[in-house]
Amino acid sequence: MPAVSKGDGMRGLAVFISDIRNCKSKEAEIKRINKELANIRSKFKGDKALDGYSKKKYVCKLLFIFLLGHDIDFGHMEAVNLLSSNKYTEKQIGYLFISVLVNSNSDLIRLINNGIKNDLNSRNPTFMNLALHCIANVGSREMAEAFASDIPRILVAGDTMDSVKQSAALCLLRLNRTSPDLVPMGEWTARVVHLLNDQHLGVVTAATSLITTLAQKSPDDFKTSVALSVARLSRIVTSASIDLQDYTYYFVAAPWLSVKLLRLLQCYPPPEDASLRSRLTECLETILNKAQEPPKSKKVQHSNAKNAVLFEAISLIIHHDSEPTLLVRACNQLGQFLQHRETNLRYLALESMCMLASSEFSHEAVKTHMETVINALKTERDVSVRQRAVDLLYAMCDRSNAKQIVAEMLTYLENADYSIREEIVLKVAILAEKYAVDYTWYVDTILNLIRIAGDYVSEEVWYRVIQIVINRDDVQGYAAKTVFEALQAPACHENLVKVGGYILGEFGNLIAGDSRSSPLVQFNLLHSKFHLCSVPTRALLLSAYIKFINLFPEVKITIQDVLRSDSQLRNADVELQQRAVEYLRLSCIASTDILATVLEEMPPFPERESSILAKLKKKKGRGNLPVIDDTRRNVNGNVEHAEKTEAPNQVSTPSFTDLLNLNSAPGPGGNLLVDVFSDNAALSSTDVCEENFSRFVCKNNGVIFENQLLQIGLKSEYRQNLGRMYVFYGNKTSTQFLSFTSSLSVLDSFSPQLNMHVKTVDPVIEGGAQVQQILNMECVSDFTEAPVLKVQFRYGGMLQNLAVKLPVMLNKFFQPTEMTSQDFFQRWKQLGAPEQEVQKIFKAKLPMDTEVTKAKIIGFGVALLDRVDPNPENFVGAGVIHTKSIQVGCLLRLEPNAQAQMYRLTLRTSRESVSRRLCDLLSEQF
Amino acid sequence: MQFMLLFSRQGKLRLQKWYVPLSDKEKKKITRELVQTVLARKPKMCSFLEWRDLKVVYKRYASLYFCCAVENQDNELITLEIIHRYVELLDKYFGSVCELDIIFNFEKAYFILDEFLLGGEAQETSKKNVLKAIEQADLLQENVDFQTRLFAV
Repeated sequence: MPAVSKGDGMRGLAVFISDIRNCKSKEAEIKRINKELANIRSKFKGDKALDGYSKKKYVCKLLFIFLLGHDIDFGHMEAVNLLSSNKYTEKQIGYLFISVLVNSNSDLIRLINNGIKNDLNSRNPTFMNLALHCIANVGSREMAEAFASDIPRILVAGDTMDSVKQSAALCLLRLNRTSPDLVPMGEWTARVVHLLNDQHLGVVTAATSLITTLAQKSPDDFKTSVALSVARLSRIVTSASIDLQDYTYYFVAAPWLSVKLLRLLQCYPPPEDASLRSRLTECLETILNKAQEPPKSKKVQHSNAKNAVLFEAISLIIHHDSEPTLLVRACNQLGQFLQHRETNLRYLALESMCMLASSEFSHEAVKTHMETVINALKTERDVSVRQRAVDLLYAMCDRSNAKQIVAEMLTYLENADYSIREEIVLKVAILAEKYAVDYTWYVDTILNLIRIAGDYVSEEVWYRVIQIVINRDDVQGYAAKTVFEALQAPACHENLVKVGGYILGEFGNLIAGDSRSSPLVQFNLLHSKFHLCSVPTRALLLSAYIKFINLFPEVKITIQDVLRSDSQLRNADVELQQRAVEYLRLSCIASTDILATVLEEMPPFPERESSILAKLKKKKGRGNLPVIDDTRRNVNGNVEHAEKTEAPNQVSTPSFTDLLNLNSAPGPGGNLLVDVFSDNAALSSTDVCEENFSRFVCKNNGVIFENQLLQIGLKSEYRQNLGRMYVFYGNKTSTQFLSFTSSLSVLDSFSPQLNMHVKTVDPVIEGGAQVQQILNMECVSDFTEAPVLKVQFRYGGMLQNLAVKLPVMLNKFFQPTEMTSQDFFQRWKQLGAPEQEVQKIFKAKLPMDTEVTKAKIIGFGVALLDRVDPNPENFVGAGVIHTKSIQVGCLLRLEPNAQAQMYRLTLRTSRESVSRRLCDLLSEQF
Repeated sequence: MQFMLLFSRQGKLRLQKWYVPLSDKEKKKITRELVQTVLARKPKMCSFLEWRDLKVVYKRYASLYFCCAVENQDNELITLEIIHRYVELLDKYFGSVCELDIIFNFEKAYFILDEFLLGGEAQETSKKNVLKAIEQADLLQENVDFQTRLFAV
């Protein structure tokens, strides 16, 4: 070891660093730095040519100043000059400066690349390494363009020194990460895999990282690496600890390489070859066995290295998810770690166990550790560990332990850190609904949630409880009693007032028999909260009051007095004022019968699929999910609504062109509550959301998807065979979405028929912000399958995945055609061949309304032809589908039969596939 | 690995190594945020934390914090030992390394790191091999020093 010459090499630099360290104040430091900068600038500009040593010294000083946090805007040229020095140390400093400070100044890059090229060609391994390090550090596109083809050559050449191979492998890895398109696969790829067999473990270590990165992108090209990795791993885990000499780390054989090999194997499914598979199983068993052996050293480095390999082996076991014995052994091992004195191990054990909980083989084994995990929630001092415990409890929850886990989470919520409360609230709400056998328990749980953490209870959660109460008559009386009791508290959360107001308004009669909760008592209780509430809650309460007038005629006068008061009738808020006026009027003029009809109990909400149910159905191979049209959409996007739309003066049947999805608030939010969390468990198999798809057949704008995090809205326009869609992503939370990506995936059979081009979006969406993405499309020929939009982002550390079927259908490429009756029937007869006509007879799902039907047909894209059909009840339309290859003329006829509540729809076009698709699309709309 | 930061207990940055392209502004922001977060943690807390969409692994040696940001699927414990091996390399090279060595010989700290990690991945985990590479470079340097002195005479 050479004696380290602390600064001897550059005395001036050492003096300067000492000066800076001796500065008493920030101002003095800045003054000293400015003086130095001026000095260096003058030296660089001076007439006297600087020798290499001085240049090196000044460049190094600039580097130091930069690392102190100051901007450096000169010296780049001098650093580049150093690259061509034949003195190693000058070259080295030049490269360091460039690695740390280079920006994409293109002129400079060309000069730098020249320097690098010379060194790569120098055949001097030390110089070559410097150049490769520089490429790996900077990794810019220009460098990839210049060197991506040279480096593979260096990597696999027979005469390359080991250390150069190592640098070349990782240099290529970096270029592949930054500019994958510029690193072409070639015959070198096969030879790279064989580096796994290299004599030199350093080469294997570097190459394994490269191969893993490449295999993630194109697994098929690197399949042979599986057998080689297993062989290598097997040799390592069975070696005596001294065999690997300096690659043994605290008595652990090559821990870094082992971890990397286990990572590489996670790019692939379990090996199909039986002997290979059993060899791998042996390796994994050996690693698990070693965990039980007494430690060979007391040093934490020993146990860390050993456990690093163990955890990676467990990751591989979980990834394969095929060997029940290994999974259970892994679970037991992690169980031991749950009580380890090292916080790090407890943290990692909780994290890994979360993954094990989702495997059917180890779910039960994980559950046996529930008490320990609950204990961790209570006793861990580090919030990040407690967070992991919450995650694990959520993951291990099922019907058998749901009550206990939910109760523990509720207890924890009372003192939980603010940062994780919202997430816990959602988790509790999901578990309570998912595993509720007894709905009184569900109601209690949600009311508890509101009591403990009302501020963190999002709208979807309380919408959902109302939906469930309305749909289940066995729980309505209990719910009314419980909210009534909860409202007695002197201070209760506004969310409770909302739930209470809604439920008593619907079901207050169920508890009115008891004198302690007589109608007047109920009303007074609700009204005592009125003045403390925000406008939307007050609006909801007013609706509850008018419902009371219907339920309890005895309080009519009291309520009318309240509605009549100035604070209501002349309220500054227009919504409140309008409700007060309308409700008062309604209560005065309507007969009891009318009142009873208008204010009837809410009908059950349509049951919506939970993601789990949908998955189940798919497995069982049933047909398409039923399309549920939400007829109870309202005007202000609130849960309570019917009164409003049906009140006099306010009769406005929502037209189908309305952006109705916005208004069906309780639905999508409610059921997607479950989706958000199921996503993180099953990244690969995201269900495609088709819920709103059919609503877009006859319209182009609206909300296609919404859950409590994200809203996706669409605006589209079409002209002939071209279309453009604007997709709006709205972040509904107050937190950033990170790593946001959205892409299109189209089924293979479909891609040649529709060309789509999508522009990338910014990876960050700030809380409350909306970003727009533009999709351009071209219809090449007629098609059936719709493209799927895949969205992925991180919210609060968790990866969210969703897939939405985009409403791009064949009928979007319609151009309407006006024609006379005569023309129409002439064309109609021409298209009389059996394969040109498709006909469907179906039952009306919606009320038969002529105006709505007309609007739908026009929305479908054809011209609605008046007075063409001899029967005035029938509708006929004509249009042309424009694709790039052909144009397809198209005639349609819709015959309603009001008596039978049936329709007959006939489509005639020159192409059978077009007729069929159009008929399928349109027949779902009535 | 996405980046490695070395900073003192006072929050002064001693070394920064970035393996992903980021603007200077972003680097400064990240540094400020992470230094603050890590310094606020108590000694017995676990060495891993979720940060943005990454995992941060850190360890304190005397007055210096070594802090690495790795991707989600990366192995936390092996990252902890990457930090330790780097400390061992510095220690062996400088002979009981202290913060001052890294301040005054920051360029050496970078050179050693580049021999050990490249592109964010372990390149050479053998202590001997890394130090051999650095020694060779130092020998080249000494020859050069010798030559300059010769000319100066």
